[in-house]
Amino acid sequence: MEDNSYLNQLKDIRSMMDRSTKFLSLSGLSGILAGVYAILGAICVNYIIESNPRKYIIIESNRFKAIIAVAFLVLFLSLLTAFILSKRKARKTGENLWNATAKRLVINFCVPLFTGGVFVVSLILQGHYGLIGAASLLFYGLALFNASKYTFDTIRSLGIAFIVLGLFALNVRGYSLIFWTIGFGALHILYGIIVYLKYERKLP
Amino acid sequence: MKNPIAHINKIFDHRIRLGIMSALMVNETVDYTVLKELLQVTDGNLASHIKTLESELFILVNKRFVGKKPNTSYQITVAGRRAFLQHLQALEQLINNSK
Repeated sequence: MEDNSYLNQLKDIRSMMDRSTKFLSLSGLSGILAGVYAILGAICVNYIIESNPRKYIIIESNRFKAIIAVAFLVLFLSLLTAFILSKRKARKTGENLWNATAKRLVINFCVPLFTGGVFVVSLILQGHYGLIGAASLLFYGLALFNASKYTFDTIRSLGIAFIVLGLFALNVRGYSLIFWTIGFGALHILYGIIVYLKYERKLP
Repeated sequence: MKNPIAHINKIFDHRIRLGIMSALMVNETVDYTVLKELLQVTDGNLASHIKTLESELFILVNKRFVGKKPNTSYQITVAGRRAFLQHLQALEQLINNSK
């Protein structure tokens, strides 16, 4: 009996250290859905590009605006899904969604991501369209890597995968959309499945 | 450590005090409200355990105002860290011995 109580003490310590430093309400399902949105978005963008025989795109054109709109819609839906599912998971585990660890996670995620956003907009304004795909993959990867200290370790690997993919995309021109789909689509889905299998199957 | 029981610290032999110390081991400072949420205890209960740890000089209390709101946060002391590590080691040994 005694030994069991010591073992439980160690388990309590471990759980308290994790819960006080890490945001654990991220849901695997939101990763899977974000991946699905990204793939659907990529199909739309591909359709928009192929719909006109002239393959190049001008920044003032309606087609360019449509592509940007699709990208923002994908981003918005992904964030909304992540928010709703995290809230549900937090309620299930009896925690507050917006706690100290959530704030740290968001700040550490947003600083590199916001930098990347401004960088990508500058690329567009200066006409370096070929670099947009690689830059968004790279900055997103760096943001994930930076935020991984405050949540599941799986996020760290996901960040590294995005960075590697971004570096490839940088050197292989003309396949932006494909790299983008592999990253935001396939990698997100893979990540979601891993998180689900690793952390969520055991939850009641 | 011939007798690990001697190093088991009675102060830490309670779920809430153990929880407070664990959280403070891995965070520079922790707010009162955060501790309360993590441990899911009442104010009176938490305050009494904090007082115990404070009187052992295991934790430091920082009270200040953020705007107009009072804010209380806690920090582990060097002595607190040492005592907690010793307690951990003793726990580990007890478990290893029983295997």
